[in-house]
Amino acid sequence: MRTVVVEPVAVTDPPRAPRSIWSVPGLGDRIFRQGSAMSGLIVLLIMAAVGLFLASQAVQALKATGLSFLTTAAWEPDRGRFGIAAVLTGTVLIALVAVTLSFPLASCTALFISEVASPKAKQTLIAMVDLMAAVPSVVYGLWGLFFLQGQVLGLARWISTWFSWIPLFKVDGADPTNPLANESVYTSSTFIAGIVVALMVMPIQCSVMREVFSQAPPGEREGAFALGATRWGMVRAVVLPFGRGGMIGGTMLGLGRALGETIAVLLIISPAFTINFHILQSNGNSVAALIAARFSESSDFGLSALMAAGLALFAVTLVINFTASAFVARSRSGALSEA
Amino acid sequence: MTALHPGAPVGVSAQHDPADRPPVAQASAPQTVLPARTNVHSPQARRQVGGASRNDRLNVVGAGVSALCVSLLLFGRVTPLAGRFGFVVVTWLVFVVIYALLVWLEDDAPAVVDKVMTVVLYSAAAVLVCGLISVVSFTLWRGRTALPKLNLYTQDMSRAGPREPLSVGGIKHALYGTLCMISIALVITIPLGIACAAYLNEARTRAAQFVRTVVEAMTALPSVLAGLFIFATWILILGFGRSGLAAALAISIMMLPIIIRASDVVLRLVPGNLREASAALGAPAWRTVWHVVLPTARSGLATAVILGTARGIGETSPVLLTAGFTSSFASNPLEGSMVSLPLAAFEFVRSPEPALVARGFATAAVLMVVVLILFIVARIFGGRGPGHVSKSQARRITSRSARDVARFEAAVRSASAASPPNVGAP
Repeated sequence: MRTVVVEPVAVTDPPRAPRSIWSVPGLGDRIFRQGSAMSGLIVLLIMAAVGLFLASQAVQALKATGLSFLTTAAWEPDRGRFGIAAVLTGTVLIALVAVTLSFPLASCTALFISEVASPKAKQTLIAMVDLMAAVPSVVYGLWGLFFLQGQVLGLARWISTWFSWIPLFKVDGADPTNPLANESVYTSSTFIAGIVVALMVMPIQCSVMREVFSQAPPGEREGAFALGATRWGMVRAVVLPFGRGGMIGGTMLGLGRALGETIAVLLIISPAFTINFHILQSNGNSVAALIAARFSESSDFGLSALMAAGLALFAVTLVINFTASAFVARSRSGALSEA
Repeated sequence: MTALHPGAPVGVSAQHDPADRPPVAQASAPQTVLPARTNVHSPQARRQVGGASRNDRLNVVGAGVSALCVSLLLFGRVTPLAGRFGFVVVTWLVFVVIYALLVWLEDDAPAVVDKVMTVVLYSAAAVLVCGLISVVSFTLWRGRTALPKLNLYTQDMSRAGPREPLSVGGIKHALYGTLCMISIALVITIPLGIACAAYLNEARTRAAQFVRTVVEAMTALPSVLAGLFIFATWILILGFGRSGLAAALAISIMMLPIIIRASDVVLRLVPGNLREASAALGAPAWRTVWHVVLPTARSGLATAVILGTARGIGETSPVLLTAGFTSSFASNPLEGSMVSLPLAAFEFVRSPEPALVARGFATAAVLMVVVLILFIVARIFGGRGPGHVSKSQARRITSRSARDVARFEAAVRSASAASPPNVGAP
């Protein structure tokens, strides 16, 4: 027997290029692709139009005032004296009061939902938080005006009596020694509007934080427990550091909402065009409430001035929102890399 | 060599307790013996690893009772404190202090901190629940005088002056207006929103990513700016006048980002192997989306739309700027002022007349009930994941496939009847 060695066949052909797997889309696909891209484009255009249009309309007013638009407190566009110093300060103060109150409440509730509550209570609470986000703002406004204001006046008087040495809590015209003093100096204040707005922005903060908290890696949670941590010890060592980005992002999202809140503020606050840092004192203002209150009785130039105020609000909210979503996105990508 | 070491068990047992050596071990050496374990206690009480122990519960009850007593004493008897709000706050603070003290009697510092923080977390959730219940029940309570009257739903305000009693006039015009505006807004936002969400999911390009970022930023666009935009373009520049349509456009701008974002999230949950299976069967992309992706995510998409609707119905400020205000029934959304429920509530309560304020609360209560119903419907839909099939859907699918089987069998029978000689041929 002989072993036959088969000679390898010499490959003389040059190596073939890999077959292209590109296929020509059919008519249906082309229509679908262009149609869906068109819908994306339309949405983009609408959103861009809002910003660009506000800017183009605001130019007239901004040209007339120049930089004093940022420093003038009064709002008399037809006399040429107007600016957003007072309204923007008021907006920021209301939003700050709202976030100061809602941040601890939202983060504690989010922690409760993700760490403490039983599965059934968890479902109920999540539904309630979502429902809170869906309650119309006019309902919150009515509640704040007719119910909360009466309940909070005592607290406002107490704070202003004992802490009036802090400029923020000072109330001009208040007389704490007189028990029969008129309480109207405490009504319609930034503080009350801030409480109502806090309730309105809390759901969004809470749901963002809850989502991030619940993504904390289970291995590290169990590790903390295995090392003998109590539940709060585990939360402090694992959940809070992990969810920090989400907490910051959620808070800022809430801040963005708080800046733009209109109807509740319009119902509660009594508008004034002075820079008022005393949050417990009657009078305050916000950009959104100003627009809603003045748009109908404005001349063309007055409308342009309102557009300029709206543009300022738009710019502030946009910056805050982009920052917030960057924070939230970063915290989530962190979740992916550690998992 | 044996497998067992015969002396070992005995030896071990002897080392432990020589007095207890079993007598059997001495009699015959190569035997395995179980050492008697006398110094081990009878079965231990099982350790509780979860839930609250009796001690914990007693601590809470004790702290609660003593906190209540302390603040009852403080308020009115010992110090001149007053006010419901202050009472609650003082009681809570005293409760926390006493509770911490009680826990500290038995446990160490980390346990005390843990218990106190648990109380704080419970309290935060309680504040949230109380806030929501307070908002909802207060509105219903203040609207109770006007809500049960039938004329609220069947009349408009054209014949009811501000001082008219609640038995005259109603919010029919606002109900109709809300219905009109939200229908127009839905006609605009559902196709556009879902198409855009499909685009974000199917085209994974940088442009789609940019659109997603913009949409995300726009979810927090202040609603008054949407109204201002429509007011300035549609009404002032194009000169169409205030109408239900203008309000619907403004509401659409508000609803669009919400619907897109929620739908985007839902579409992302559709399993990728479904898409791949469809593509492998030769379906073009549009058929995959239309017949596989969208039906799979149907319940989630419905939830997205319903939640967007709930938000859109409640929007006041865009409507305030664009719809105008009327107290009479207006059927044409294209022309003339129209009013919606939130706007009507807002205008009612701005009046000093108590009757109008009561109407305002009733309107707000009706609005809230509408939102509540939408929300419950959304929860019912949203409880199902993508691809979940309900009972009636399953029945429909079964009957459809039974029909298909019948059709196939009929086709086979008719084919065999048409050409019998070929079938029998060798």
